[in-house]
Amino acid sequence: MSRPSLLSVMVAMLAGVLFLALWTMVHYSLSEDYKFLLPTPLAVLQALLHNAPALARATGNTVEGALLGFSLALAFGGLSALVLSLSPLMRAGLTPYLMMLQLTPIPVLAPLFVLWVGPGLKSVALITLLVCFFPLVVNTAQGLVSTDRRLVELFQMYRASRWQEIWRLRVPAALPYFFAGLRIAAILAPIGAVIGDFSSGSSAGDGGGLGFQALIYSSQARYPELFAVVMLTALLGFLFMGVVMVLSRLALSHWHDSYAQRDG
Amino acid sequence: MTHPASLVLFDRVSKRFGDGPPVLSDISLVARPGEFISFIGPSGCGKSTMLRLIAGLTGVSGGSLSVDGGTPEQAGSELAFIFQEPTLLPWLQVADNVEVPQKLRGVPPAQRAASRSAALALVGLSGREAAYPRQLSGGQQMRVSIARALTLTPKILLLDEPFGALDEMTRERLQEELLAIRAQQAWTAFFVTHSVAEAVFLSSRIFVMSAQPGRLRAEIKVPLPYPRTAETRLSRDYQDLVVEVSQQLRAVKTAA
Repeated sequence: MSRPSLLSVMVAMLAGVLFLALWTMVHYSLSEDYKFLLPTPLAVLQALLHNAPALARATGNTVEGALLGFSLALAFGGLSALVLSLSPLMRAGLTPYLMMLQLTPIPVLAPLFVLWVGPGLKSVALITLLVCFFPLVVNTAQGLVSTDRRLVELFQMYRASRWQEIWRLRVPAALPYFFAGLRIAAILAPIGAVIGDFSSGSSAGDGGGLGFQALIYSSQARYPELFAVVMLTALLGFLFMGVVMVLSRLALSHWHDSYAQRDG
Repeated sequence: MTHPASLVLFDRVSKRFGDGPPVLSDISLVARPGEFISFIGPSGCGKSTMLRLIAGLTGVSGGSLSVDGGTPEQAGSELAFIFQEPTLLPWLQVADNVEVPQKLRGVPPAQRAASRSAALALVGLSGREAAYPRQLSGGQQMRVSIARALTLTPKILLLDEPFGALDEMTRERLQEELLAIRAQQAWTAFFVTHSVAEAVFLSSRIFVMSAQPGRLRAEIKVPLPYPRTAETRLSRDYQDLVVEVSQQLRAVKTAA
């Protein structure tokens, strides 16, 4: 978890250039009839620029849905993890229902959400919430019950109340686990929003997000534009992940071993 | 049985966990204020359990135990525990770590800061308030742990092999510091250790324990006068006592 070195940045950039070169080579090795299967990076970039207004609006909508869903997951996930951590009975009783939420395929739930809250942003946010919720709850709850037994005993020794034990000990000790869950949720949030858009996006009002835009391009066989949507979705994932990494560093770097300086 | 001068009173105490075999059996012991009592014995003799009983972290199975005239649970505020590991909260700076017991008790901030400074001065760590535990050496972490225990000015200090993980040099220095602090504060100490030399250097009384079940097998009084210093370790009396306790300990081990 240490800061990336100049060398590692250069290696990453070199890998990127090689990847683009390979991609271009594959395009030119295809026969004329099949070149449409893999447009060149340049064609994708052109598609991105030509459709900038539509893509920007779609990206904005997806970010909105992803952020809203992610925030809801944060609130509900944190709260649920606290409840789960209170007792083994609570965990045993509630875990099957959490599993059920996670095991139900989104495309099955999406029409229900549309029915309940209407298509567009609200449905997209709900689906994102569902996608982000599970990793957050599982990780945070695990963190809340994994507190060093010796520290718990110390608090017992000083006759700490249940609330003192939770707020002063269990919650801070669970932060590294919480951020591990948050990183996964941050990667999943844009994906969740795009998937949500597929099944419950709407051209009405907000004009839909990246998922909806992908559906349009796909039906019109505009493959360079479709690739541009893929790029933008991946970029969003990086962005969300990056913000969480920065927050994690701010919260943990001064004390947690995952940020300890190493030699060499 | 009444012992007006007793601070801790074990009366035929036994302890077992669940349906397991007895961990402690027929323990009777009267500790007076100001004593420094050590428990030494083979692994599994229940010496740590003795401390946990006094601390009220676990209850007796038979007999009775009174601490400061009441139950161990009632005596909570009179007790401080120094564990085998420093048990510091890694996300708190030294100052906040030392203040944890007082925060849990709701002591006002000004008073907290005053006791914290005094305790850190006692262990020689003034000026390290802003450090995080991982920036400190093992010996320094243990000093913070000691300072934390002293902030509540306990009547009874329970120490469970606090220096076991430290190197010999640091260990001896901390033993001397502990006695120097004790000269300024009036706590009664219960100390668990594997080291005969450590027990003799620190204690006014030593109990040698045997295992399965844990019993008090021998009691050795240590008449060496306080203050004890590095020179004490060189004295003939000290060395004779080390030999005596070692023999008692060997007798217990071969009998088992």
